[in-house]
Amino acid sequence: MGMTITEKILAAAAGKSKVEPGDLIDAKVDCIMCHDVTTPAAISMLKEKGIDKVFDKEKIVVTPDHFQPAKDIKSAELHKRLDTWAREKGIRYYYPLGKAGVCHALLPEQGHIRPGEVIVGGDSHTCTYGALAAFSTGIGSTDLAAAIATGTLWFRVPESIKFVLNGKLGKGVYSKDVILAVIAKIGTDGALYKAMEFVGPALKEMSMEARMTITNMAIEAGGKNGIIGFDEITKKYLDEHLKDKKEYKVYESDKDAKYEQTIEIDCSKLEPIVALPHLPSGGQPISKCAGIKMDQAYIGSCTNGRIEDLRIAAEILRGKKVAIRTIIVPATPVIWKQAKDEGLFDVFYEADCVISAPTCGACLGGFMGILAAGEKCVSTTNRNFVGRMGSPKSEVYLASPATAAASAIEGKLVDPRKYL
Amino acid sequence: MAKAHVYKRDHINTDEIIPARYLNTDNMAELAAHCMEDLDTNFVKKCKPGDCIVAGDDFGCGSSREHAVWALQGAKVGAVIAKNFARIFYRNCINCGFYPIELANATEVINDGDEIEVDYKKGVINNKTQNKEIKFKPLPDFAIEIINDGGLLEHIQKRTAD
Repeated sequence: MGMTITEKILAAAAGKSKVEPGDLIDAKVDCIMCHDVTTPAAISMLKEKGIDKVFDKEKIVVTPDHFQPAKDIKSAELHKRLDTWAREKGIRYYYPLGKAGVCHALLPEQGHIRPGEVIVGGDSHTCTYGALAAFSTGIGSTDLAAAIATGTLWFRVPESIKFVLNGKLGKGVYSKDVILAVIAKIGTDGALYKAMEFVGPALKEMSMEARMTITNMAIEAGGKNGIIGFDEITKKYLDEHLKDKKEYKVYESDKDAKYEQTIEIDCSKLEPIVALPHLPSGGQPISKCAGIKMDQAYIGSCTNGRIEDLRIAAEILRGKKVAIRTIIVPATPVIWKQAKDEGLFDVFYEADCVISAPTCGACLGGFMGILAAGEKCVSTTNRNFVGRMGSPKSEVYLASPATAAASAIEGKLVDPRKYL
Repeated sequence: MAKAHVYKRDHINTDEIIPARYLNTDNMAELAAHCMEDLDTNFVKKCKPGDCIVAGDDFGCGSSREHAVWALQGAKVGAVIAKNFARIFYRNCINCGFYPIELANATEVINDGDEIEVDYKKGVINNKTQNKEIKFKPLPDFAIEIINDGGLLEHIQKRTAD
């Protein structure tokens, strides 16, 4: 019996020739992502326990992002603890304000993610990096502390579910619509504890950025990791982004690898999807939910705050005016500059949008666009739980950048295809 | 005597257990004051030390914030009994020395306000109100070891010392 790509990466990290779903393994970690919400606690735990060390200062990447720039005194204290520790330990890849960005956009962009590696991060959307053929998963602060100090972590090898993305996406339909359709189909616990492996011809038409939107939301189906195999698109992205260490190992799923389930999606039949409150699985085709009035549009986050997303939004907003509050959040300083240089900021400015500094911001109800009771927001983010972006009485509608931008123009949910 | 607070809901997520607006601190007492706030504003008031939360599928889904477990621990919740748990939350519970109990028919065999006693080792919940013993599958040995040691870091320390 063959192995899946997830099993192969985990086996190699555990120094084994073979692993099977259900095996408990101790795996070496190649990269650890640290941000301002979950890492300060991990640092304190290590200090309290007297194991105040880092296993490898070259393999830890630190960026404040959730409440960056500090939104209040308490978050400033979190940043101070993170900053003091990163400098004290001589963390090589520390991105303070000015270089800091939304972690899951920043790490691939800055060349910290390589195929075949095991990456953990103190954030549930760490599964994003699986788009680069790596095993990557989110952990809490205690696991983070253990990983920082020892460079290893225990894992239960997950069963894999294969998602075959067939067909070709139509105009105005994007990878965000695909993943919202997948989650609507299987539910928020449809892949609980499982590896979600994405394959199929539709991926060949997607950029690395678009693919990251898909793996980013694996956690919204309960997945342990999302993963996409290596191909020419992966290689090109890595050639452009890897800096210090350019070698990596490519693993592929065997033809006779075992999958718990195979789910096929015909992408050519998809229309733009909006996930209605209050679960990411609430996806409905736009034809069934168009017309719902919105109070705000939010375009950003680790799901859809990359340059391609901003270009899509700008294309729709060019020469138009928004009817509701519209907040654009480039995910990293590089994306911010790129958007400015390409003239996208002019488009957003002319359309009456506001442009933020890179931050997780309002996606998780931090700041920069919090909702009042009764308000509705169409958002390119990843969660629409009760109170996610503000008042427990507000509502979040998850959509692609195109749907969010088009809806901003009309102040209600609309099909973006008429603007393309 | 521990009371059961039953929420007949699936997918109770970490944003409901501890909203992100309170994540600017990792202080357990401060977090505890807002435990379950967006699901039940009265929870902190009515929860007595050792009380258990009983819920449906996929408890703790969403964010990796361990703050959710700290908020429950700070509010002195004894255990969460759910049909099943989201992965990161489940792991965080064990790592913090807190019991996640998986019980397939949790919200059917325990009613809100029932007085219960949990024997973690044997895997038995004694529902005193209904005078019933309910069996659950105890956690795997290594997880019990971690919980008994007080959490993952304590466990690693102990193992290294041994």
